[in-house]
Amino acid sequence: MLWYAGKRFLQMIPVFFGATFLIYFMVFAVPGDPIAALYGDHPPAPGVIEAVRAEYNLDKPFIVQYLLYIGGLFQGDLGTTFSGRPVIDVMAQAFPITARLALLALAIEAFFGIIVGLVAGLRKGKLFDASALVISLLLISVPTFVVGFVLQYVFGIQLGWARTTVSGAAPWGELILPAIVLASVSFAYIVRLTRASVADNLGADFVRTATAKGLSRRRVVTVHVLRNSLVPVVTYLGVDIGSLMVGAIVTEGIFNINGVGGTVYRAIRLGEGPTVVSFVAVMVIIFVLANLLVDLLYAALDPRIRYAK
Amino acid sequence: MGISAIALLSASALALAGCSASEAPAESDTAAIITTNGSEPQQSLIPTNTTETGGGKIVTSIFAGLVSYTADGDVVNEVAQSIESEDGQVWNVTLNDGWTFTNGEAVTSDSFVKAWQYGALLSNAQSSSYFFDNIEGFSYDEESELTGLDVVSDTEFTVTLINPEADFPLRLGYSAFMPLPESAWEDLDAFGENPVGNGPYMVAEDGWQHDVQIDLVTNPDYDGVRKAVNGGVTIIFYTSQDAAYADALGGNLDILDAVPDSAFATYESDFPGRSVNQPAAIFQAFNMPYYLEHWSGEEGKLRRAAISMSIDRAEITDVIFQGTRTPATDFTSPVIAGHSDNLAGAEVLDFNPDEAVKLWAEADAIAPYGDTVFDLAYNADGGHQAWVDAVANSISNTLGIEAVGKAYPTFADALNDRDANALTGGTRAGWQADYPSLYNFLGPLYVDGAGSNKEGYSSPEFEKILAEGASASSVEEATAKYQEAQEVLLVDLPSIPLWYSNVTGVYSDTVDNVVFGWDSVPLYNEVTKG
Repeated sequence: MLWYAGKRFLQMIPVFFGATFLIYFMVFAVPGDPIAALYGDHPPAPGVIEAVRAEYNLDKPFIVQYLLYIGGLFQGDLGTTFSGRPVIDVMAQAFPITARLALLALAIEAFFGIIVGLVAGLRKGKLFDASALVISLLLISVPTFVVGFVLQYVFGIQLGWARTTVSGAAPWGELILPAIVLASVSFAYIVRLTRASVADNLGADFVRTATAKGLSRRRVVTVHVLRNSLVPVVTYLGVDIGSLMVGAIVTEGIFNINGVGGTVYRAIRLGEGPTVVSFVAVMVIIFVLANLLVDLLYAALDPRIRYAK
Repeated sequence: MGISAIALLSASALALAGCSASEAPAESDTAAIITTNGSEPQQSLIPTNTTETGGGKIVTSIFAGLVSYTADGDVVNEVAQSIESEDGQVWNVTLNDGWTFTNGEAVTSDSFVKAWQYGALLSNAQSSSYFFDNIEGFSYDEESELTGLDVVSDTEFTVTLINPEADFPLRLGYSAFMPLPESAWEDLDAFGENPVGNGPYMVAEDGWQHDVQIDLVTNPDYDGVRKAVNGGVTIIFYTSQDAAYADALGGNLDILDAVPDSAFATYESDFPGRSVNQPAAIFQAFNMPYYLEHWSGEEGKLRRAAISMSIDRAEITDVIFQGTRTPATDFTSPVIAGHSDNLAGAEVLDFNPDEAVKLWAEADAIAPYGDTVFDLAYNADGGHQAWVDAVANSISNTLGIEAVGKAYPTFADALNDRDANALTGGTRAGWQADYPSLYNFLGPLYVDGAGSNKEGYSSPEFEKILAEGASASSVEEATAKYQEAQEVLLVDLPSIPLWYSNVTGVYSDTVDNVVFGWDSVPLYNEVTKG
């Protein structure tokens, strides 16, 4: 198991370099001069554009730009944004906020999704099951921004229960509403995954054996049915951590949250290579770690899965 | 001398500004902080390097220049006691006594001269450097000091221009011309993060939280024409206007100066009696490049006029923009003194399908247009698609040619093709004035070789009249010349005027006396909250 985890960690090194190289290349390949575009309809003197371009190494060939970036990386320097702010400061500001938001969303979708899915699976075909299916279908088909605007309007503007947007410090309390919006679609998927999995496992041999042994219904459901049913759900949650960290652009926009998704989106639009690459590199690491965690959780959930050398 | 007109105007506006400040309602709280929307400045807050609106509204709040602007765009002296010239070429500037920066330093001639020298020097790569290009000694391609700046005493200096400019004082309220304290030169980068100014507001201690907000508090030592009647302004940075509008509705934002498109239909009923919809100093148009086949010479002139007359501006501004744009009647903006809606030849901006078809046919007689597709380039990240499609439809319906919008994914991408002369059709073009002057709408856009004249217009006649306006001995004479120059443009149509953007804003019932300036920024210092 340790050996397996170690091997997976080592795999992160080529993944990291490959990903940063590719992303840097893609930012570089975006057409248009990012510096000229900074000034909009009011171009400065030509000398100014050249000087600023040189300041950000944009006048050098791609491979030199990339090596300069990697060189800086090893000295703890991730470059600066076009406004002159160190990228590391921007990251230190955005990642904690997004992490809080993603964790809240993950907790909400996992907690409610698994409970609703379990009950629906146990009462397959009953009224609760049917309504859970309809509601989840509804949540899957309604785009996030609609859910976002509706919840913001109802709870923020009409009822006044929550702030309409999140303040700069983004405390946990203010993030609950955006987290619900973010969790809504995944919640629906988790309900459906859990329900199907529970319904399947109810008819499995090991459940029949457990019931035959005379175990209480409660013990059969929690230890045998639920635990085994969680394998696909955990896989889904692992992938979802990644998309929650990076894919919250819409939700972040609606609630004016200063998170990772929005920052990367703006940096891509501006052509800010160092910002995009630094952020995406961290995201790649998060994806890899989340997947590793999922693989290790498999072993804990399902005794049949073991990692050999 | 006619130039003293500026001084007169300044004096009367000064009196007016004084009045409005003293009429603050009794119940208002002079310590109350106003909240408003903004965006993270693109650069650190060095005045000569701040050309975008996000940083601009902060810089003009924390600095006071020689002059400032009233809501109507009139010039009033602020730090200057007088700005006078006999010939429009050598300007004598006298400063008022008693002005200080918030660190206690006195505002002297040096505060201005050193800041301008820094801003103009090539190697400092300041985005506003071209604002100094008419001051003697300026160079675009080599290190060169502004020899035209001469300090006479602590309160007097002279500015010698390369070419006479009657309305030179008009530009002195722009952020590029703000003074800097001596302490700035010790470490300008650090200064840009914690600027020390002499304006009605100052940045609160640790007030600038990047990407979040900036807290400005009233400068107790400020005693000029923009004295604040509130305790300060907190500018919250939004990445989406929709979020800002939601905050205004939810009571978390006092003043919003940009209503999102999605709320155009409802903002007036959401904020009854507390909304603003007035023209801004923003001119919107599209240009047809002169390097394209069919678009130069006599044929091009006929086609430009035909295209212009085939666009139903009134309907598009009504339907697409729901009255938040004003159809254009010239090349400037209604908020600028000297704007005109009855220039000779302005009928080319009216919707006139019959005349359009006739002119198009005349052009076809010179060289047949055939079935070439007419396209109009725009950047898809700027919310332009709706009106571009409407304009294309209007042209298509009137002239019977195929007209389409051509989307570029980003502004940078579109700009690239414009700069490389690689357009295949027309291009969106817009201009927001830096300072309230007719010249600012004309010189940078239509003079051959000017920074924003990208489509290759060149007219000796236009440039001659423009130069006469610039060196006119009075503002009235200059205005007449600038209008005459626009009449040349109406014939040539290097840019096909569409409309003026309006500023649309709302404010909550917590604040009063909200007036939007000529530059679409509310006059924060006059807002009362209580």
